[in-house]
Amino acid sequence: MAVLTEEQSMLRDAARAWVQEKAPVGALRKARDSGNLRGYDPAAFAEMAEMGWAGVVVPEAHGGSEFGYLSLGLVLEELGRTLAASPLAVSAMAVVSALVRAGSDAQKAAWLPAIAVGEAIVAIAVDEGPRHDPARTALKAEASGGGWTLSGQKAFVAEGMAATAFLVAARTGGTPGDEAGITLFLVPGDAAGLARASRHAADSRDYAGLTFDGVSVGADAVLGEVGAGHDLLERTLDVARIGLSAEMLGMATQAFETTLDYLKTRVQFGQTIGSFQALQHRAAKMFSELELTRSCVEAALSAIDQDAANLAEQAALAKAVAGDTLNLISREMVQMHGGIGMTDAHDAGLYLKRARALEVLFGTTAWHRDRWGRMHGY
Amino acid sequence: MADFGAADAEAFRVEVRDWLAANFPPSLAGVDVAMLNATGPVDGDALLWKQRVGEKGWGTPTWPREYGGGGLSREQARILQQEMNRIGARNPIGGMGIMMFGPTLLEYGNEEQKQRHIPPICRGEIRWCQGYSEPGAGSDLAALQTRCEDMGDHFLVNGQKIWTSGAQYADWCFCLVRTDFNTKHEGISFILFDMKTPGVEVRPIRLISGVSPFCETFLTDVKVPKENLVGELNKGWTIGKRLLQHERNSLSGGGGSAGRFAAGTPLEQLARDYVGVDGTGRIADPDLRSRIIRHQMEARAFMLTLMRAQAEAKGGGGPSNATSIMKNVGSKVGQDRAELAIEIMGLAGLGWEGDGYTKQELEQTRNWLGGKATTIYGGSAEIQNNIIAKRILGLLDHQ
Repeated sequence: MAVLTEEQSMLRDAARAWVQEKAPVGALRKARDSGNLRGYDPAAFAEMAEMGWAGVVVPEAHGGSEFGYLSLGLVLEELGRTLAASPLAVSAMAVVSALVRAGSDAQKAAWLPAIAVGEAIVAIAVDEGPRHDPARTALKAEASGGGWTLSGQKAFVAEGMAATAFLVAARTGGTPGDEAGITLFLVPGDAAGLARASRHAADSRDYAGLTFDGVSVGADAVLGEVGAGHDLLERTLDVARIGLSAEMLGMATQAFETTLDYLKTRVQFGQTIGSFQALQHRAAKMFSELELTRSCVEAALSAIDQDAANLAEQAALAKAVAGDTLNLISREMVQMHGGIGMTDAHDAGLYLKRARALEVLFGTTAWHRDRWGRMHGY
Repeated sequence: MADFGAADAEAFRVEVRDWLAANFPPSLAGVDVAMLNATGPVDGDALLWKQRVGEKGWGTPTWPREYGGGGLSREQARILQQEMNRIGARNPIGGMGIMMFGPTLLEYGNEEQKQRHIPPICRGEIRWCQGYSEPGAGSDLAALQTRCEDMGDHFLVNGQKIWTSGAQYADWCFCLVRTDFNTKHEGISFILFDMKTPGVEVRPIRLISGVSPFCETFLTDVKVPKENLVGELNKGWTIGKRLLQHERNSLSGGGGSAGRFAAGTPLEQLARDYVGVDGTGRIADPDLRSRIIRHQMEARAFMLTLMRAQAEAKGGGGPSNATSIMKNVGSKVGQDRAELAIEIMGLAGLGWEGDGYTKQELEQTRNWLGGKATTIYGGSAEIQNNIIAKRILGLLDHQ
């Protein structure tokens, strides 16, 4: 655990206490069973926002506490522990970072205070298929009458049903596969011509398919520069990836602790199964991977705070290492629990399903490894 | 040190700089005198530098002044290190006396033992070796059988030690012996003896790497003075384990040796030179490429973990849990690297000797083979996993 300030420790402790009481794993199960595909109760998110969690990285001038990304990471880690669903990583972290970095004064004033209090939820609409590939953006934006008209579709937009608006990657030049020619737009969720449909995935969380049928927006909807949005998009996605990595770290930590408890209590052959060396060494391996993952995730969160030049590299490392670790631990969680781990009544399945979704979201583990390799000359 | 402010730090830094300017022979920039001194006497500038640092106590900067240490605070020691790094000065005092035995004796030795043995360690005058493992006591160290009998006015020691690093160069040995055969852990004592004592015979063991860093040490009717017992009779296991903690730290992050493996030259240039690149400028073999990348990322995660553990230790939260994984991760990263290097370099990466190979190729072969020791010595990888499972994770022993 990184060396924390007193305020950071208090924030983490508050998050831990709230999550355990108000958003235990049972809350996700309940939401799933009631058919709520957001995976969370809007009232719970309202409480999170009330505690200031949606404004942790929002500048004070715009209603936030400007408390830093490492601090927000602590909250995300705690939320990850119980699979507590929220749009914080995407909206209150990544989109906020994009607005702070590239937003006009008017855009900041319009969006940041609303996000900070939880009124606005802005999702990132980038991918157009089941696999992450920002450069393949094809959704078209054409200049018309001083503004723009967007046509095309987006797939698997995380938090897409709950979103009140979207940060949309659109093509204003070049062809799919080109990095040049991408422009980012802020599009209200109720814009005329924009339709969304829920995609029901195994992790019981919120994914939406979006259809843009000639959606008109003004010139002031452009975030950053026309045709040169790729770098901003990548940086925004890197912040999201780091946020997800923090959630994954919390999830993996809890999945491991739950499994460890089982190893200490389940008795077979007259002893706790945790006394068997075959399981002890696998537990030691998981512990080791968790420690390595923590180092990568905390370093990446700090890199956002410092606006480090190698942020992309740190994001790729954090996402890939967290992905490998979570994959290992979620599999071992099921295996070490034996038959009970296969039942829907046990939490292991919920961790397993959410783990794979996070591993894939915004770039698979292999995708980030390859990306990291390219950055280092391989 | 609460009263050590920025002004004091600056004043100390100036003092260190002045002392180094007056005492460090520039010819030794980047030279590891401690390494040279480990296998035999040094002379010239190396001897001068060793003596000067030894006299000042700065080879063991945080050890107590009264036993020949530097008596510096951690903060002062850090400044000393920074200033030495700045001019390429390496600590000329090293070896097992510094890494393992000295700290243990400071904790468990009596006053007379400390007065006698610590100052020569601080001056780098005595080379210590470790009489721990035996042919029948490797990972199960407490199974050791070397017999130590109380003969009234002395102890008589008979038995065999193995994997005694540097025994052929050592002056003294710290040794675990059995003083009670009716019990296991409670029958072990911690003694010291002079390697020149009659009955001590050392035979170097040739390893797969071609070198002989370890020895067999045979002990036949070795007479050991009673005052060379450290701690109480039959209480040596606790002391011996404490020393192993110091060893593990020096083998992993603390002593930086594992970090050195991980921090080696990135494999990228090596892969470009030997494997070549494809049409897009990437390493031509995609399977090898992806495994190199995976390895380099693990090495990076390890380095970040070393840094985090240091920050946490400095932050006052006590030793980080992360330190328990350092030896296993560091040794694995080092071994993986050497194995990948063979794949990258092909048969050149297996060069044994001769002019047909570059220095790098020959070193790679020896490092690859020598590195196999890192997951075996100082508590094998399996023993490290046992320690994590039991001490950190709280899992029980099998009944």
